[in-house]
Amino acid sequence: MIRILLFAELEEVVGKREIELSDEEISVGEIREKLEKQYPDLHKIRSAMAAVNEEYAENTVLAHEGDLVAFIPPVSGG
Amino acid sequence: MTEKNFEIVQEPIKIEEVISKVEDRNAGAINTFIGTVRELTKGKKTLYLKYDAYVPMAEKKLSQIGDEIQAKYPDAKVAITHRIGELAISDIAVVIAVSTPHRADSFDGSRYAIERIKEIVPIWKKEHWEDGEKWIGDQLEKTAYPDGKPNPEEVQK
Repeated sequence: MIRILLFAELEEVVGKREIELSDEEISVGEIREKLEKQYPDLHKIRSAMAAVNEEYAENTVLAHEGDLVAFIPPVSGG
Repeated sequence: MTEKNFEIVQEPIKIEEVISKVEDRNAGAINTFIGTVRELTKGKKTLYLKYDAYVPMAEKKLSQIGDEIQAKYPDAKVAITHRIGELAISDIAVVIAVSTPHRADSFDGSRYAIERIKEIVPIWKKEHWEDGEKWIGDQLEKTAYPDGKPNPEEVQK
């Protein structure tokens, strides 16, 4: 199982912050595609950054069983 | 209790506590930046703001900013506290304190920290107006990340 975290607008579209994928291994890019298929209104996930286990990760990075993958829309702190 | 120099908190930020974390006998300057909630943005009146964060990663990235400042100014001490939750107009959202032996470096470090927060720290604000609400992104007014991430220099420098 891979845990997925969604924030801000992405969280609102899906209606929850956390979802789970049953995959054992999947790339960050594939997760994006999978979620967008599952939630058609989630197109903004394309412009979000991704983080695997709290470090920014590119689309080619593989997530494995037990990993935590977060999608981070453009930030606006400060 | 160990003092945390890089924190996301729910309660109002106590400015003096942040400053005291960077006090140092070799410091000749402590520069403090205080970010507050503004009422008018592009003519639109904000009633209040809500900040949210990916807390563990946000604290890690704040700490990375501290490391980046120390790489440039080895004698610098840095502390950053960012508040999340519901904030009213004029409330303090972020306090940055940087101490260095000489004043110029403390100004630079403090400026650097706030700009970096807007690039790499997973914190979001939602503006609430009389006629609606919106999550704000991309405050640097750059194009949002077309390839799905900030470029590697932005994240890793």
